Amino acid sequence: MKLTAPLLYGLIACILMVSAPHAAHLPLWVSVLCVALLAWRFYLTYSGRPLPSRWLLLGVTVACVLAIAITFHTLFGREVGVTLLILLVTLKLLELRTARDATVLIYLSSFIIITNFFYSQSIPTALFMLLTLLVIMATWVHMQTGNLTFKPRLRIAVILLLQAIPLSLVIFVLFPRVQGPLWGMPQDAYASSGLSDTMAPGTMSNLSLSDAVAFRATFDGKVPERQQLYWRGPVLWDFDGTTWKRGRNITTQRPSLADATTPVGYAVTLEPHNKPWLFVLDMPSKLSIPAFVAPDFQVLNDKPVNARIRYTATSLLDYRANADEPPQQLQRALALPQGLNPRSRQLAAEWRRQADSPETVIRTALAHFNQQEFEYTLEPPLLGFNSVDDFMFTTKQGFCEHYAGSFVVLMRAAGIPARVVTGYQGGEYNDLGGYYVLRQYDAHAWAEVWLQNRGWVRIDPTAAISPERIQSGLNAALGDNVILPFFARTQSPFLLKLRVNLDALTNQWNQWVLGYDTERQFAFLTRLGMEDVSWKNMALNLLAWIALLVGIFTLIMLRRLVVRRKDAVQAAWLKVCRKLEKAGLPRAPHEGAMDYAARIATARPDLAEDLHDIAARYAALRYGGEAEMEGMAAFKDAVRAFKL
Amino acid sequence: MSHPLHAVITQTEQVILGKPRQIRLALTCLLARGHLLIEDLPGVGKTTLAHVLARTLGLQFQRIQFTSDMLPADILGVSIYQRDSGEFKFHAGPIFAQMILADEVNRATPKTQSALLEAMEEQQVTSEGETRPLPAPFFVIATQNPTNQIGTFPLPESQLDRFLMRIQLGYPDAQAERGLLSGVDRRDLIAGLTPQMNTAELTDLQLQVRQVFVSPALLDYVQAILRHSRESARYVHGLSPRAGLSLIAAARAWALLDGRNAVIPEDIQAVLPGVASHRLQSVQDVQASDGDRLARELIEAVAIP
Repeated sequence: MKLTAPLLYGLIACILMVSAPHAAHLPLWVSVLCVALLAWRFYLTYSGRPLPSRWLLLGVTVACVLAIAITFHTLFGREVGVTLLILLVTLKLLELRTARDATVLIYLSSFIIITNFFYSQSIPTALFMLLTLLVIMATWVHMQTGNLTFKPRLRIAVILLLQAIPLSLVIFVLFPRVQGPLWGMPQDAYASSGLSDTMAPGTMSNLSLSDAVAFRATFDGKVPERQQLYWRGPVLWDFDGTTWKRGRNITTQRPSLADATTPVGYAVTLEPHNKPWLFVLDMPSKLSIPAFVAPDFQVLNDKPVNARIRYTATSLLDYRANADEPPQQLQRALALPQGLNPRSRQLAAEWRRQADSPETVIRTALAHFNQQEFEYTLEPPLLGFNSVDDFMFTTKQGFCEHYAGSFVVLMRAAGIPARVVTGYQGGEYNDLGGYYVLRQYDAHAWAEVWLQNRGWVRIDPTAAISPERIQSGLNAALGDNVILPFFARTQSPFLLKLRVNLDALTNQWNQWVLGYDTERQFAFLTRLGMEDVSWKNMALNLLAWIALLVGIFTLIMLRRLVVRRKDAVQAAWLKVCRKLEKAGLPRAPHEGAMDYAARIATARPDLAEDLHDIAARYAALRYGGEAEMEGMAAFKDAVRAFKL
Repeated sequence: MSHPLHAVITQTEQVILGKPRQIRLALTCLLARGHLLIEDLPGVGKTTLAHVLARTLGLQFQRIQFTSDMLPADILGVSIYQRDSGEFKFHAGPIFAQMILADEVNRATPKTQSALLEAMEEQQVTSEGETRPLPAPFFVIATQNPTNQIGTFPLPESQLDRFLMRIQLGYPDAQAERGLLSGVDRRDLIAGLTPQMNTAELTDLQLQVRQVFVSPALLDYVQAILRHSRESARYVHGLSPRAGLSLIAAARAWALLDGRNAVIPEDIQAVLPGVASHRLQSVQDVQASDGDRLARELIEAVAIP
């Protein structure tokens, strides 16, 4: 094998493709250096110049390793490992002298493919890596079979990859999974965005600019009405004049639901958001994973969600929640910052005086929002020190956080315990996958008030000012001239359909490929009929299946090797050839029967006559057409009689 | 073996010494209704071979010496005004003969070359709006000096393709050369040759060639050869389907010459260098005219299925 220029271009392409996805997170100087080295190698090949000397390369390598050590302050760890690997592979191209070096490069590029999945496991990444693998295989085939043109090379590579598919499927399904990720996923593997546990003007409207998926939910049975789809996240109690915070619950009393009816079961696949809270419909009663339900019904995982998790839950849509809320908690729900927002407090006190019950106050407040020309907008004006007063009496423009916050302040001023609840509302139904998808722009804030005997009751002031937000989503509630994420505002049926399809595909990928963990493997194998799903059993099955597949492939290949149409004439002739071969007179593959007979005749004159007769009969039978078939018996006799 | 053919070969071998393979290939080409290109240095007997074949087969013979100032009309003929009758009368050019020796065809300009090649291809001459058929059988032996000599217009690949075969004569071996040097003058020998066959017999043989049986097993082999020539990175281009057809036509004629009525792989191998050498080009050294070696490599690379 010779290291020809086309082969070198192939190797350069392999390295380029396999490291390209890493460029985004490698240190900038490494990316630039790698590109420069590849360009240099390309130029050397193109111009036929000699490679740089080994001493120069050694110097550059040592310098690079030192620079990496300085950049990362260590030489251990995954980031450093990947960086070193890519840099060294690129340098290896510059000392490519023998076939062995090329083989090493091919293997290393295949290995670097895996490292790309540390950073992204999406479908596009997988497809790109498949393409990369194809290029690597084609280069490898190129190395092994020098004198084939591009097309047959590519065909061999494709066939090799296709043969690998059943094997990898078997390994994927049967390879025993371990609990938790095999290598520690970093916390920052996913750019996290999502609900935080504080709320200030602007928090929600910022989130509404992102169309990242927050979670997906499937319902068992009947799906609740859209205006009941309130996915509960952080519950905010404490207000300091601008920001709402969760504060600390000063009770150990477990949350209680009374007279609860209308159960709804559903499963949620939550994208990682690096915060401990889970999202459930108001109000949760059962959960499949061990999570803590706080006294204010906020559900908290035992650790931050930094990998995609799936849980099922049951919620009750009609309830009396915490009707016996302890007084110290109610006290929290009435606290207001001293001396702020005097006009709002005055207005609320006025309402309270005129009303005969808390319910009337609530109605008055909602009617106030509805009738006083409040506007629902993504871009509200800035608010001053007395933010609620400014909003209520001056600007009158706001997003859900303004309405929820102000409403709770008004209620507290009127002596009604109230709190802010944040989470997601509504969502979009994907009828292809049969699930709801909730995106960041579905983030929402609403209020809960505590009423004697009824407990915590959900009041959504946004619904009073903009019912469309609750009924049909954000796009319907805002005008056309607002810049929303592209998907949130598009009306094109094709794009909407495309989004639905892509999201359904991504969901399947998440559920079945990335989410194929111990439990799913157990469930899947049990359904396939494996009775005892154990490590030992899986390993045995794995080996058996691999042996079977390799056996099948071997058989197919052997059949190809054996002469394709091995008819009787051919078989008899080959028998003669084998006899002669044993006698040290083999036939060259391209040698015709008559030529062979003539050649043997000079070496073994004793065989000349018999062999010439056999060869002539063979040629006549094989190439002479139907008319010659009578000679078959004579030919077979001659073959049988042929002795060395 | 058919008797008249046997006599033809024997007689030709008496004049052209030590070249039995080339003689048979030339005859094969004639029987397969193809045209022959002989490429070699001057003085190795190209003209003599053509001359002998024409005499032995009893064909009308015309020799056209190509020069750089030759015009198409010099080959095809020209219409000349007749003063007595007041009409134009066509004076047939030298191409109107059964066997043409186009000597040093690469000395003529491309325009003149293509006039010859078109006539070869279509077996007719169109001049001043009138189409005149060429005699049958019609056989062209063109000779060409190796193209790296100066003052030549090498035939382009598309024109080379019109020739069924290209062969080289090469120097005779020592024994044959001795015979040549000590023997009678070749011109006297040629003058004394008698035709061993008439036109009707030759045409009949050409028809018989087409009846030679080609089995599916043999087609497998031919296709394997074609496929290999296309997939191998050794050659600039693979063999064309026309090359495949030529290969089978030539192999049929070769089998008939050998007295068989079916083609066997050996026939393919025998004619392949002649048929393929001017259609194959090595990737590595485009300059060298090593078509024969390439064809032999091709034979050795493909196993007989």
